Amino acid sequence: MTHPTGDRINQDLLRPLLQTSWRFYLLVALFGGVVLLALGMWFRQMYLGFGVSGISWPVYWGFYVTSFVFWIGISHAGTLISAILRLVNAAWRRPVTRCAEVITAFALMIGAMFPIIHLGRPWLAFWLAPYPSERLIWPNFRSPLVWDFFAINTYLTGSVLFLFLPMIPDFAVVRDKSTGLRRKIYGALSFGWRGTTKQWHRLETAMQIMAIAIVPVAVSVHTIVSFDFSMAPVPMWQSTIFGPYFVAGAIFSGIAGLIIAMAVLRKFLHLEDYLHPVHFENLAKLMLVMGLLWGYFVFNERLVTYYGNGPGEMAVFWRTQRESFAPLYWTMVVCNFVLPLVILGIKRFRTITGAVIASFGVLIGMWLERFLIIVPSLGHKYLPYSYGVYRPQPTEIVIAAGTFAAMVLLYVLFAKFVPIISIWELKAGEHPSPELLPTALEEHPLGKLHL
Amino acid sequence: MPKWGMAADLDRCTGCGACVTACHAENNISTVGPEQAARGRAKHWLRIERYWEGDFPDVHLKFRPVMCQQCDAAPCEPVCPTYASHHTDDGLNAQVYNRCIGTRYCANACPYNARFFDFFNPSWDKPLHLQLNPDVSLREVGVMEKCTFCVQRIKATQIQAKAEERAVRDGEIQPACAQSCPAKALVFGDLSDPESEVSRLARSGRGSKLLEDVGTYPNVNYLNRQAQV
Repeated sequence: MTHPTGDRINQDLLRPLLQTSWRFYLLVALFGGVVLLALGMWFRQMYLGFGVSGISWPVYWGFYVTSFVFWIGISHAGTLISAILRLVNAAWRRPVTRCAEVITAFALMIGAMFPIIHLGRPWLAFWLAPYPSERLIWPNFRSPLVWDFFAINTYLTGSVLFLFLPMIPDFAVVRDKSTGLRRKIYGALSFGWRGTTKQWHRLETAMQIMAIAIVPVAVSVHTIVSFDFSMAPVPMWQSTIFGPYFVAGAIFSGIAGLIIAMAVLRKFLHLEDYLHPVHFENLAKLMLVMGLLWGYFVFNERLVTYYGNGPGEMAVFWRTQRESFAPLYWTMVVCNFVLPLVILGIKRFRTITGAVIASFGVLIGMWLERFLIIVPSLGHKYLPYSYGVYRPQPTEIVIAAGTFAAMVLLYVLFAKFVPIISIWELKAGEHPSPELLPTALEEHPLGKLHL
Repeated sequence: MPKWGMAADLDRCTGCGACVTACHAENNISTVGPEQAARGRAKHWLRIERYWEGDFPDVHLKFRPVMCQQCDAAPCEPVCPTYASHHTDDGLNAQVYNRCIGTRYCANACPYNARFFDFFNPSWDKPLHLQLNPDVSLREVGVMEKCTFCVQRIKATQIQAKAEERAVRDGEIQPACAQSCPAKALVFGDLSDPESEVSRLARSGRGSKLLEDVGTYPNVNYLNRQAQV
């Protein structure tokens, strides 16, 4: 295991910015095409009417809300993990934080699109915002959808700030290494960074404040997303466990997304010297813990429903447990619980490849989990006469697939224009300067663990 | 202030469906065609639920007209982000079509599945387009709609009574479903008036509410069947 230093770090991490290969254009064209197709499908839906989707009475939420919850869940990897690792000052975090924070920002942007895409009249989405109107109508502050609006906007603003702050010194590095237009753009982005002690001190203070502030925001965001379901009297939705259950699931799927992104970056940008197997192993352990937690919550949810034995609940319970939704349900259990437990629980399998396989399983499983929370309950709501089915149509399948393409596209573009690993943080790890690191945290017992 | 309510006598209901047709005609509910109806896009503000009970040959047939129950604690109201779904002073669950942005959250929260989404702009099979009711607004694509207890008839009767300087008489307001029911199974009236027909029926031992355990406090009273036919 080699530890690159000084100029070598600059060279390796700035290479993707300064040199462009044909593979970059191919990736952008490919995934950009899929994103354009999905956007086209959305405009087609607006033009022809919402009926081109598979939504029907009484299953009024389907792929769109599933995608919404899924992407908001993915967004919990980045900022939350990075903030916690910064707070406990885990040294291994340095190459990981930025790839993680980027996932948060982009996943939130993608997820936040869905409450608009799924609207019957998306051109009126601004009615969710409390703006001064001559009719004196405000949004309904009792509605969980309005809580979503505020929670997601807060989290997005915080995450973008949290992502942007530590990028300033790196923009300055790019500025100093480049000429012409590029120098001007990165010069503007680096806000006149000169690397004085005062500037470093302010940056560190701002990062500490953001890291502490973002943790409760992240936890509250997915709790509030879970309220979309638990506030409605629908069988298997109205459950007090949904808050922690959703947060655990969100972090679980977020780590899976992060592991896959890191593995891809490591392979394609040749960052083998920066992202070591130990990073993957540590994240895999974290994912294993979240997997166990998720397993407990699912078991708990099912157990309480079974003993509660309400007729409305039991109809949904059996529908997922052993009737029409059973194949999806048991796929979810295997992907989310059995697979990660076997692969990550056995030390020999806990390699980069193993972690990536488990992560793909978790992503599939967590997508299914959200689907299985939404659709079976709506299709089997109390009165048997009004039971219904949901058959997704090409519109929503393409749009749901387009979100994954959008994530890859945004990630590729970001890695092209910003060093994907924080240069100054890596160097600070090489030569820890007492000015850069707050002493109180350095003495924290967790900091010594070097997790 | 009146508190509008309804009583549905399950002994009298024959499941003929006249109320469903009357409701469509009165409220300008667009038809969606057989293909869309098969996909679950039909909008029946009032539907007759048909249940078979028992095993052959000992089979019983049950009909239950289900419309918006105009709940006192309606789950559809707090979840609406724009107040399109809200409670009026006389106890109705109002739906403001122009304020609706189509989150469909209200329909998910409704335990009775009594709310319907406009998947396309409205259209009618000819010649139904010639009989639209001028008192009821049309709904554009992307909004929710549901039973209003024929609020246009309630308002018209109240205005007429006010012009004649008298109170609204019991039984004077007839929603389209109650007016067209040949068996007089549906009775509409003011639940705050203990002497009204609907209050009397609601108080009778046969009165019950649909899905009472969900805690929505509905204002439609179902009069249970006394005899199996």
